[in-house]
Amino acid sequence: MMQHTVNAVMADERAASFTRRSIKTDSKMQGLRLALSMVDLTTLEGKDSPEKVRSLCRKAIQPYDGQIDPPLPSVAAVCVYPSLVSVARKALAGSNVKVASVATGFPSGQFPLDVRLRDVAEAVEAGADEIDMVINRGAFLAGRIGEVRDEIVQVKQACGQAHLKIILETGELETYDNVRRASDLAIEAAASTGELRGGEVFIKTSTGKVQPAATMPVTLIMLEAIRDHYLVTGVRIGMKPAGGIRHAKQALHYLVMVKETVGDAWLTPELFRFGASSLTNDLLRQIVKTTTGRYSAAYDFSEA
Amino acid sequence: MTRLNVLKTYKLYINGAFPRTESGRSMKVPAAKGAEVLAHICQGSRKDMRNAVEAARAAQPKWAGRTAYNRAQIMYRMAEMLEGKRDEFAEALKHSTGNTIAATRKEVDASIDRLVCFAGWADKYAQMLGCNNAVAGPYYNFTVPEPTGVIVVVCPDEPALLGLVSLLAPPMCAGNAVVVIASEKYSLPAAVFGEVCATSDVPAGVVNIITGKRAELLEHIANHRNVHAISAANMNKRDRATLRMGAAENVKRVSVIKRSADAWFDVDACESPWTIEPFVEMKTIWHPSAT
Repeated sequence: MMQHTVNAVMADERAASFTRRSIKTDSKMQGLRLALSMVDLTTLEGKDSPEKVRSLCRKAIQPYDGQIDPPLPSVAAVCVYPSLVSVARKALAGSNVKVASVATGFPSGQFPLDVRLRDVAEAVEAGADEIDMVINRGAFLAGRIGEVRDEIVQVKQACGQAHLKIILETGELETYDNVRRASDLAIEAAASTGELRGGEVFIKTSTGKVQPAATMPVTLIMLEAIRDHYLVTGVRIGMKPAGGIRHAKQALHYLVMVKETVGDAWLTPELFRFGASSLTNDLLRQIVKTTTGRYSAAYDFSEA
Repeated sequence: MTRLNVLKTYKLYINGAFPRTESGRSMKVPAAKGAEVLAHICQGSRKDMRNAVEAARAAQPKWAGRTAYNRAQIMYRMAEMLEGKRDEFAEALKHSTGNTIAATRKEVDASIDRLVCFAGWADKYAQMLGCNNAVAGPYYNFTVPEPTGVIVVVCPDEPALLGLVSLLAPPMCAGNAVVVIASEKYSLPAAVFGEVCATSDVPAGVVNIITGKRAELLEHIANHRNVHAISAANMNKRDRATLRMGAAENVKRVSVIKRSADAWFDVDACESPWTIEPFVEMKTIWHPSAT
């Protein structure tokens, strides 16, 4: 595998440049709606209950109760722990919102491989459309690259028809070079399992349990890996930054980065997602502000 | 060789920091006499106002959650810092309003005293406004005041400093977070007052100060749904109407007082605990008695 290196100074500069675009009025509204349709509404806490997940699912299908014309889109997916997949599946029946489940011993991945694979199989069996796996960071950082690749291949096979998102946990990878290397590795491993049509494999920045989570430069580096893969093979890998994206403005910055790095084809929930929870309400606040001209209060929106 | 004066450029005070206005606009502060420019000042925009309200909203529960005694200490500290900047404020007021130094000193002193007074009210106003109600049954029945939330203060032009302090202190001592819209005519004292807040342990976001054009900000304050009450003084009829129309949308409390420049020095009227009352919500609690 060819190793790409990253110029850290230029990656930071380039990423910062995306935050300086002026996006106003119609384009802003279009961006906000698009971002809303790309949200993976997430709850990954030890105290998650079936009712919390059901309320999240209602929010996912209809993010806002008020009148907005044209109606707002649903979010892309609801992301939960495997034990709550069946609850989400039931609550989302009849909607086009997907059920995503973290698996493979999320968030640490520090479990025997057979346990991690069973985790995946059970989540798929319970009705998950998408599996968010974590890579084995310990093995990756120790240089056991082959082991990481083999595990990704086995997880991909265990997913069957379910889409796979591969979490690199970039906050633990220490350097941008490692981020690029892990991105290439994950893409290559997933691609090696058979012909990909595009969109069934994502790479994802973080679990949300480690700081720093998603950052602009890290996402840029991962998008560049996706672009390079596309230029060679013509296959589109998806991208999901997760954790730390709370404001509508940040979401627009990410969309600018996607457009200018991989192109318009990725500006769809099929290929780009935000892993977030509080982002949803900030997007709604901005949409409502733009529609009514009035600033709204946090309690105008249901909890996400 | 004559020395070139360093003209200060004052910034806004939002969330404990001094940011420039996001709009990048500034205004000149003219001297009362002559064509001299005293300083430059930010012309805050509605987005600055929004940021200030966000900061105030985030800071308010923690401010209200502090002990009343601690709020008193912090407000007393503001008075101490104001005392330390007594001459700076007196000069700033003199040059921008054209009042005599004796008059501006008197205004600064009254402002310091007012802060001390409301620092004192912080742990006493609840006893004055609250009560123990007699009810026909075996219950204790109390009414206690709680802070309303985020308060926007629209300052009068005169007295520029005393007016600001008199409108800021009552809601602040009760545990509200405040966004101050400075007087447009004399904004210099308000801008300097940010430095007082920044150096006196006031938690970030509890006091925010925006300078700029009132007409531009008023409508957005009035219909901002995260603002819970507005306190203003000496407004013209049109501005009052703008406030009340916008406030009706989410039933904000609106207090607009009319007070002559001299009346702000009236201690009985301006330092009464009833000046706090418009910015608290009354909560009544029924509790079974032991017998």
